[in-house]
Amino acid sequence: MKGIILLFSLVAFSSLAGAALAETAEEKGLAIAVEADKRDQGWTDQATTSKMILRNSQGAESTREIRGKALEVKGDGDKSLTIFDTPRDVKGTAFLSFTHTLKADEQWLYLPALKRVKRISSSNKSGPFMGSEFSYEDISSQEVAKYKYKFIKDDKFDGRDVFVIERIPQYKKSGYTKQIAWIDKEMYQPLKIEFYDRKKSLLKTLTQHDYKQYLNKYWRPARLEMVNHQTGKSTTLLWKSYKFKNGFSKRDFDRNSLKRAR
Amino acid sequence: MNKLLTMTLLICSSSLWANEWSGNISFEAKYFSQDALNSSQYNEYGSVSIQPEWFHEWDGGKQSFTFVPFARWDQHDEKRTHSDIRELSWLKVFKESELRVGLRKVYWGVSESQHLVDVINQTDLVENMDGEDKLGQPMINYALINDWGTVDLFILPYFRERTFPGVNGRLRTAFYVDTSNPVYESSDKENHIDFAARWSHNLGDWDAGLSYFDGTSRDPSFVTGVDASSNPVLRPVYNLMQQTGLDLQATKDAWLWKIEVINRKIKAENANYIAATAGFEYTFYGVFESASDIGLVAEYLYDDRNSKATTPFEDDLMLGLRWTKNDESDTSVLVGVIADRDDSSRLYSVEASRRIAESLKLTIEARLFKGISTSDLLLSSFRQDDFVQVELAYYF
Repeated sequence: MKGIILLFSLVAFSSLAGAALAETAEEKGLAIAVEADKRDQGWTDQATTSKMILRNSQGAESTREIRGKALEVKGDGDKSLTIFDTPRDVKGTAFLSFTHTLKADEQWLYLPALKRVKRISSSNKSGPFMGSEFSYEDISSQEVAKYKYKFIKDDKFDGRDVFVIERIPQYKKSGYTKQIAWIDKEMYQPLKIEFYDRKKSLLKTLTQHDYKQYLNKYWRPARLEMVNHQTGKSTTLLWKSYKFKNGFSKRDFDRNSLKRAR
Repeated sequence: MNKLLTMTLLICSSSLWANEWSGNISFEAKYFSQDALNSSQYNEYGSVSIQPEWFHEWDGGKQSFTFVPFARWDQHDEKRTHSDIRELSWLKVFKESELRVGLRKVYWGVSESQHLVDVINQTDLVENMDGEDKLGQPMINYALINDWGTVDLFILPYFRERTFPGVNGRLRTAFYVDTSNPVYESSDKENHIDFAARWSHNLGDWDAGLSYFDGTSRDPSFVTGVDASSNPVLRPVYNLMQQTGLDLQATKDAWLWKIEVINRKIKAENANYIAATAGFEYTFYGVFESASDIGLVAEYLYDDRNSKATTPFEDDLMLGLRWTKNDESDTSVLVGVIADRDDSSRLYSVEASRRIAESLKLTIEARLFKGISTSDLLLSSFRQDDFVQVELAYYF
């Protein structure tokens, strides 16, 4: 009897192993991205306050304080409104973005001194956001269809179990040839991402720290560290507050709302 | 007990309502490299300006109040020493509409070289000859927000006269403009009630605006006259006009295609004309393996009145180059030229700015007038007025 059980479990094990073998590295990478996306759905809207600390290669610092609102859009990229509080000379400048998975994002900038709403090109995905080491593509909404994936290995990072996956951007004008992401197995959130430039050399490393769970579901980091290995510059992004379910509608993300953003 | 309650309420309300002050103080030095056409003018001008802002929001952000006074002192130009209320307005946001009452500034249009469709506010010309500084306009503005676009309706119950440099100022006409003695077509003068409406919408890559204005033109024409001391002067003439305007921008990858067209009717001047600005902006992102962007701007400026045009830009080409360093100091430089296609007139300009400390911004601006023909009445008064200006602004 014992033997039969053993045999049975051996058969079961080998068929499981077979199933695992049948799943390619690409399929497994995609499955991880789909799961991460699934777990982060339904947050509806969020309001944030944050602070960026920019450091040049000599270590001199400058800061930016930012408030943001975002609206979840099912089946496409999210809508977001970003308002700058400091530096003081750009206070009141606001940035409205309708992100899309593969087609070009729609972006408007509000210049408070001129009271002018200016439609701007979204081709500068790889350009720096507010002079920081974060580019526009780093801060825009993460959608499954934006990348092709490949599972690399299971690993440990900072004592936590992670999947290591490769992501190849599929949208136009990306500044990256690939990204390597360390995805936490419990949270399905990245702990670390390496960014490789157009010449395939390591450009930047992002680490995300102090995750907290909101509404018993959504994990958000409190601190991001982006280091540029080629220039020696770095940026710390501190998320000071997250507030979900504010009852925002698309009216809070139109060009009229941009003009009265404060 | 009552006092205590009142005090508590006051303290609560002040912490519940977001009251905030911000603004800037700016120091400016302007140097003219050539001697002036008129002996009453100077070569060096110093100036200080202040523009504080008080913003107050309540009702969960559905209502707000904004107050922005402005004042400038100029070393020599008594007309540039002036003050204004840039904004004193109340805003109420409804579900599908917005109401704004008070003095405000409104911007319409897409072009960089000139702003044809932008007719709500009067230009504060003594501030800068580029015409981008505006005086606060009293208005009631009701915006209806629909899926097919936003419709803005305006009632403008009071007219503001354009500011002009005084006798001792530079970048002025040979006969200075006597702002104390304007001519109005309307017998109501500055109390004539103007109306305006604008529809604006965005569809994918396209942003469009269609506008109509009926009232006193913000752009004066001039008649000659004399001031109190019998000096010859120009008197501004403010006639009634009807203007229909269209502005359109297509955003295609790194290309911005832009056009502004107006039809303006001024009965008193027997004028019914079309003017337009059309062009593009193209940006090279991340040039020379750096974070820098280089933008190219080209616009054609047209006015079908040709030489009778009341602007110097009736058949002109504007070319500009914008360098944005995208660094932590927001360094940027804009170099441009407006060239008349019919004569040798060239207006060159350079604008460079960067943040030199956390709340301190340095701006350098220069303008050169080259090949100005004496037959160009508008520009010829400025032919000796090449200048460079340094501005240091502290933001609080």
